Amino acid sequence: MLQFFAGSQFITSMELGLLYGLVALALYISFGLLNIADLSTDGCFTLGCAVGASLTVAGHPFLAIPAAMAAGIVSGYVTAFLQTKMGVESILAGIIVNTGLYTINFLAMGSSSNLNVFGSDTIFSLAKKVSKAKWYKKTYTLVILLAIVLVICIILHWFLNTTLGLSIRATGDNENMVRASSINPAFTITVGLCISSSLTALSGALLAQYQKSCDINFGTGQVTIALASLMIGETLVHRGSIMVRTIGVILGSCLYRLIVAIAMKFNMPAEFLKLASALIVTAAIVIPYVKDKAAFYRRRMSRKAG
Amino acid sequence: MEDMLKIENVTKTFNPGTVNKKTALRGVNLTMKKGDFATIVGSNGAGKSTLFNAITGAFFTDSGKIILDGEDITFKKEHLRSRDIGHLFQDPLMGTAPHMTIEENMSLAYLKASYHRKSLFSSITRKEKEFFREKLSQLGMGLEDRMDNPVGLLSGGQRQALTLVMATMVTPKILLLDEHTAALDPATAEKVLNLTTKVVDENHLTCLMVTHNMHQALEVGNRTLMMYNGTIILDKEGEERSRMSVDDLLEQFRVQAGKELDNDRILLSGEVEK
Repeated sequence: MLQFFAGSQFITSMELGLLYGLVALALYISFGLLNIADLSTDGCFTLGCAVGASLTVAGHPFLAIPAAMAAGIVSGYVTAFLQTKMGVESILAGIIVNTGLYTINFLAMGSSSNLNVFGSDTIFSLAKKVSKAKWYKKTYTLVILLAIVLVICIILHWFLNTTLGLSIRATGDNENMVRASSINPAFTITVGLCISSSLTALSGALLAQYQKSCDINFGTGQVTIALASLMIGETLVHRGSIMVRTIGVILGSCLYRLIVAIAMKFNMPAEFLKLASALIVTAAIVIPYVKDKAAFYRRRMSRKAG
Repeated sequence: MEDMLKIENVTKTFNPGTVNKKTALRGVNLTMKKGDFATIVGSNGAGKSTLFNAITGAFFTDSGKIILDGEDITFKKEHLRSRDIGHLFQDPLMGTAPHMTIEENMSLAYLKASYHRKSLFSSITRKEKEFFREKLSQLGMGLEDRMDNPVGLLSGGQRQALTLVMATMVTPKILLLDEHTAALDPATAEKVLNLTTKVVDENHLTCLMVTHNMHQALEVGNRTLMMYNGTIILDKEGEERSRMSVDDLLEQFRVQAGKELDNDRILLSGEVEK
C-alpha cells in the first residue's frame, strides 16, 4: 500500500483529480451556489474536449484552452437563455442543450466521433521541455495542473466576493432578495451558468491534451462523477471562505480519484467505474438522511423501553 | 404636499378563464402624500398583500395606473422598481439570504445606492463596513459584532430587524410592511415596531403597513385604511381618525362590507375585550 502512494498510480490519480476537479468546481457554482441542476455538463465537457482537441491538432495548443472556454460560455449562455427568457424548466433546458451538443461536438471534431492528438504539441509536451531536473520530469503534469487549478480557485475567490459574485451567490439562496436589491436574477443566473460551463469546457480541453485524444462519449456520466466529487469535498470542508471551499471541492475530486485508483488496484474492471460513482453519489446523499432517521428511531425505541 | 404614490383604478384577476379565477383587486384608488404613514386592516383575502405586490411589480396589473413620485411605474420591471421600494414580509426568512453573512447581505442591499457609481467587480470596502456596523449598532441587538455570521443563525426578530435596516439603508420612496411583526413573539414584535416607527420618523418615509392588530391600526401612523374584497372601503385620517375607537372601526367594517370582520388573526385591544 505504501508503495502505491509513492508510485506513479498515485500521481496519476492526483492529476486526474485536479483535472476533473474543474468540473466539480463548475457544479459548485451551478448546483451549489445557483441551486440549478445543470444537466448540460456532460455535453459541455465533450464540447470543450472536441474544440480543444481540434485546435491542438491544428497546432494551437495554447489557443485551444481559451477557445474551448469560449465555446463553454456559449453553451452555458444557451442553457441560461432557455430557462430565464424562454420559460423552459432548468433541468429540461440542460437536457435539451446536452442533446443538441452531441451533434455540435461531432461537427467540432470534423464530423468524426473521435480525434487523435498524437504527434501534436500540447501544453504538457511543451512544458516538459522547460527543465531537465529529475523531479520535474516525474511531476511536470501535476505541476501544470496544480498551477491552473490554483489560479482558477484564486480567481473564483476574488470574483465570488465582488458585487456581482455576491449577487450570484444570493440568487440560489434567496432569489426574492436579489430582486429586492435591484438586480435581475435572470442576469445573475446567466453569468453563473456561463462561468460554470466555461470551467467544464476548460476541463474537457485539458483532458484532450492530457490523454492526447477526444471521444464523443468522454462526457458521459461526467455530471455524476463531478457531483460525487463535490459531495465528498463538501463533507471534507463545509464552512469557510470561498477559497477554502473551492480547495475543498478540488480535494474531494482528488479523493474520489484515489478511491477509484485503489478500487482498480483490487482488479475492479474499468466498466464498473460509472456504477461506483453512482453509488458514491447515492451514499453521499442518503447517509445523512438515514443517520437522521436512525436517530429518530433510536429515540422512539428508548422511550418505549423507558 | 406632493403625492408620493398614486394608484388609479388598479385591477388584477388571477387565473382568468379558469375555475380558479380570483379577482384580487377591483378598482383600487389610493393617494399617499409624502411622509404619509398609513396602516391597512382587512379580512383574509381582502387584497392587502396583492396590493403590495402590484406596487412592487411581482406581477403586472390588468388595468389602472401606478405612479411613484411622479413616475409612471405601471410597466416597470420588478428589479428596477425595487431601487425605490422597501418591502418587508411576515416571514422573516423572505428578506435575507441565510447562507451569506450579515455583511454580505447588507452589501447586496446597499447595491441600490450605488447602482451606477459602483462597478460590478468591486468588493466590500472598509468604508462600507464601517457604515454597515454603524447602522447595525443602532438596532441595539449586538449584531454589529456578528457581521461575519451567516444570517441563518439569527433569530426571527433579529432577521426582521436586519431586513428593516437593509430595506431603509438606502432611503426608499415608499416602505411596504406586510404584517412584518406578526410572526414574532410579543416582546420582539414591539421592539421591531418601535424600531420601524423610529426609522420612518427619522427618514420621513412614506409607509404602508398591513396589521391585524386593531389597536395598532389606529395608533401607529397618521392614517388608517380598510380593505375588503379587493377595494379600499375606508380611509380615515386626522381628527376623524383620532376620535375612532376599535369598536368604531369594527362597526365601520360592518356598515361598509355588510358583514362582520371575519378574520381569525384579528387582534383587539384590551379595552374592547369583555
